Amino acid sequence: MTTRVLIPSGALGLNYDQVALDRGIAMKPDIIAIDGGSTDSGPAYLGRGVSKYSRASTKIEWRGLMEARAKAGVPLVIGTSGTCGADNAVDWMLDITREIATDLRQSLKIAVLRCSQDTAVMSTAFSDGRITPLPAAPNVTADDFATCTNIVALAGAEQIAAALETNADIVIAGRTTDTAIIAALPIMRGNDAGAAWHGAKIGECGALCASNPQSGVVMVEFDNDGFTVIPLADGAHATPHTVSAHMLYENSDPFILYEPGGHLDVTDATYAALDDTRVRVTGSKWVPSDRYTVKLEGARPAGFQCVLLCLLRDAHYVKNAQIWANDIISKCRSKVIRRLGVAPEEFEIELRLMGQNASFGTLETHAAQPHEIGVLAIVTAKSNALAMEIGQFLNPYLLHHPLTQAEEQPTFAFPFSPAEISRGQTYEFCLNHVLTLDDPMSAFRLEQVQIG
Amino acid sequence: MANLGEIVQKIRSKNAGPFWLTVDIFCGTPHAYEYVIARLSSATVAKAFGVNTQDIKRFDIANLHVVKFSLPRPHVQGSTLDPDMHGASWAALLAELPLEN
Repeated sequence: MTTRVLIPSGALGLNYDQVALDRGIAMKPDIIAIDGGSTDSGPAYLGRGVSKYSRASTKIEWRGLMEARAKAGVPLVIGTSGTCGADNAVDWMLDITREIATDLRQSLKIAVLRCSQDTAVMSTAFSDGRITPLPAAPNVTADDFATCTNIVALAGAEQIAAALETNADIVIAGRTTDTAIIAALPIMRGNDAGAAWHGAKIGECGALCASNPQSGVVMVEFDNDGFTVIPLADGAHATPHTVSAHMLYENSDPFILYEPGGHLDVTDATYAALDDTRVRVTGSKWVPSDRYTVKLEGARPAGFQCVLLCLLRDAHYVKNAQIWANDIISKCRSKVIRRLGVAPEEFEIELRLMGQNASFGTLETHAAQPHEIGVLAIVTAKSNALAMEIGQFLNPYLLHHPLTQAEEQPTFAFPFSPAEISRGQTYEFCLNHVLTLDDPMSAFRLEQVQIG
Repeated sequence: MANLGEIVQKIRSKNAGPFWLTVDIFCGTPHAYEYVIARLSSATVAKAFGVNTQDIKRFDIANLHVVKFSLPRPHVQGSTLDPDMHGASWAALLAELPLEN
C-alpha cells in the first residue's frame, strides 16, 4: 500500500505555492501535514507560550489548507502549533480554526493533542529518575522545573496516530517532533518504518530538500520498501544529492535521528533518481528502543533587559572602541552599585561592538578597522524597573564619554529617543532532557472537538 | 595559503536544537573534499570555536563531498551572551580559516 503525504511548506507562516498545492491535491494525497514551529527562533516563544508568526498570515495560510483539505477529503494535521506547541499556542490555533470554519461553513471533527507538562509532575519525575539528560544538557535540579513558565514534551508518531484514529478532519497538535506528523500515517498503514521516518525527515522542511526550496510544496510517497520524494512547484527538482544532503540540515548527526520509541539509521540508505524531478530512497532502518522516551523542552524567565543603540563614526573612537566600551562598563557599574545600592551580581552591562566583534567576541579573527561601529548596549537585571533605570545610568556615557580626561567632550549618534528600549522579560531554555513513559499517551491529552 | 571558504563551494552553520551547533562544509568536488579532509583537523576547528576537541563530532561524508562538524553551542541559544539566535554566522569563522598548502 502506498501512502501519500502532502507537505505544503516547512512551517505554517512561511507561505506556500498555491499552484503546486493544487497539483498535490490533484494527486490524491492520503493526508496533508504541516509543521507549525520549532525552537529555532529562541526561548521567548516557549517562555511566553506564543507564536512567532503573525496571526493574520497564519489565518490566511491555514484557511487555504482547510479549503484544500475539504477538497481532498483527507485529514489535515498541524504539529507544534503556534511555534512553541504549548497549550496556549494550541488554543490560539484552535480559535483561528473555529473562525475559519465559521467563515467557510465547514462542519469539522477536530482532534486536539496537548503536550504541555505540569511543572510539579516533572519535578517529581526528575527526582524519581524518569527524566535524564541528553548530551550538552544544562545541569538542573528538581527545583528548576518549577521555575519554567512552560514545559512541553515532544509527541511522536504514537500520539499523532491516536489523534488520527479518532477519524478527525483536522488534528491540531502541540509540540511534536518535526517528523512525527509525517511519519505517523505511513506507520499506521504498515509502510516500512525506516522509510516513514526517513521520508518524514526529508520532507519536514517542505521543498528545502529540492532545488527551488522556497516553493514549499512537496509530496512524499511511502510504501513497504522505501519512499519517493516529489517536489511539486514549477522548476523544483529533487536529486539524490539534494535529498541525501538534507539529512545534514539542523541535525547534529547526519545518519542517526532519535525519535520517541527508537532511532532512524540511514547509514545504508541509497538514493536513486527516477527522473529529473523525483528521487527514490530505500535501505533506511528503524531501530526500536527498549525504553519509550519523549524529549522535553522548557523555558524560564532570565531577567529583564533594556537595550540602547549608539553609533561611533569618529575615527579616533572607532579605533579605540573596545577601550572606550570597557571603561564605560567599569565606570557605569560602579555608579550603579554606589547610587542604587544593588549588588554587583544583580545586573549585567554588555556593550557589543557591531562591525568589530559582535558576532564572535574574543573568537573573532579579523583585525581590520571598520569606518563605523554600532554599539549595542544590553542591560540585564532582575526587574524591568531596575533594567530601565540602569539604562538611564548608561545613556550619558554612551552619549558623551571621552577616552581620556584631556580630550574635548565627544558626542555620539543616537538613532532613537528615548534611547532606552525595554525588552521586558527575557527567557532561557533550560531543558535538554528525555522523559521515560510506560504508556506513550500518559504525558499527553487528546480532546475531540466538534465545530459547526 | 588559501582560506577554507575559497576552496569549498559553501559553508553553512545552523542550530541543531538549542544546545548544539552544526556546520556543513560543502566541498563541491572530490578534489576539494580530499584537499580539505587532509588539511582540516578537528583540533583546528575546536580552537576556532573555543571548545574542546573531544566535544566536537566530525563526519567526513565522501559521497556528498561534505565535512560536517557538530559541537555544543558556544553560548546556549538565546542565553544572555548569545549573539546569534539561529547559529547563522558561525560558518564565517571556518570560511576564514587558513589552510596549509
